[in-house]
Amino acid sequence: MLLFARYREAAGRAALEVDVPAGATLGQVWERVREQVPALRGEERPLLACDRAYSSADRVVSEGQEIAAFPPVSGG
Amino acid sequence: MSGLYRIEDGPIDPGEAIGAVGGPDRGAIATFTGTARDHHGGRRVVALEYQAYAPMAEEVLRAIGAEVAERFGTPHVAILHRIGRLAIGEASVVVAVAAAHRREALAGCAYAIERLKAMAPIWKREHYEDGAAWIEGCTDAGG
Repeated sequence: MLLFARYREAAGRAALEVDVPAGATLGQVWERVREQVPALRGEERPLLACDRAYSSADRVVSEGQEIAAFPPVSGG
Repeated sequence: MSGLYRIEDGPIDPGEAIGAVGGPDRGAIATFTGTARDHHGGRRVVALEYQAYAPMAEEVLRAIGAEVAERFGTPHVAILHRIGRLAIGEASVVVAVAAAHRREALAGCAYAIERLKAMAPIWKREHYEDGAAWIEGCTDAGG
């Protein structure tokens, strides 16, 4: 799972690999990431993306997809 | 059909955006340039840094261009956003929208920058004299 901005800083890396069972959702992947990164434990509702498009936490992920989690955006 | 959507790790040029959208059937080009400001919430800001999920951000910018085409009837949109570290006064974002007439150009340009701020996966980090902080969400009315 790709991480950006404060999440990336908290994890100390740009992406984390976690194991999830087949049929897992984006939200379940995020749960695993939070387990690995104590500083992210309080982040219950990140923005999530699948294959470079915003996705909801209940989206089922599959092998080979590019998934990402990040805080509210602040470009401009 | 013109369109230019790019996340750039280096200086961005309003002239390039203007050049990308202009054409003989267009009587107006509206532009917006966002620049690195030296204060925020009463604190002195010495530099800005932007990070982007670049491939997704470029997709989002392209989608914003399509929304401008649908709502304002002109496909001539350019959006450039800089990432990396910026000195105060440097351009962080440039939007240019060309249309047959000024109203569509101005309205399309205003729409595009508001949508970018709400949707594009890009984050700003402010550097202060004594530290730095990520900004999350739109924190001001018109910056």
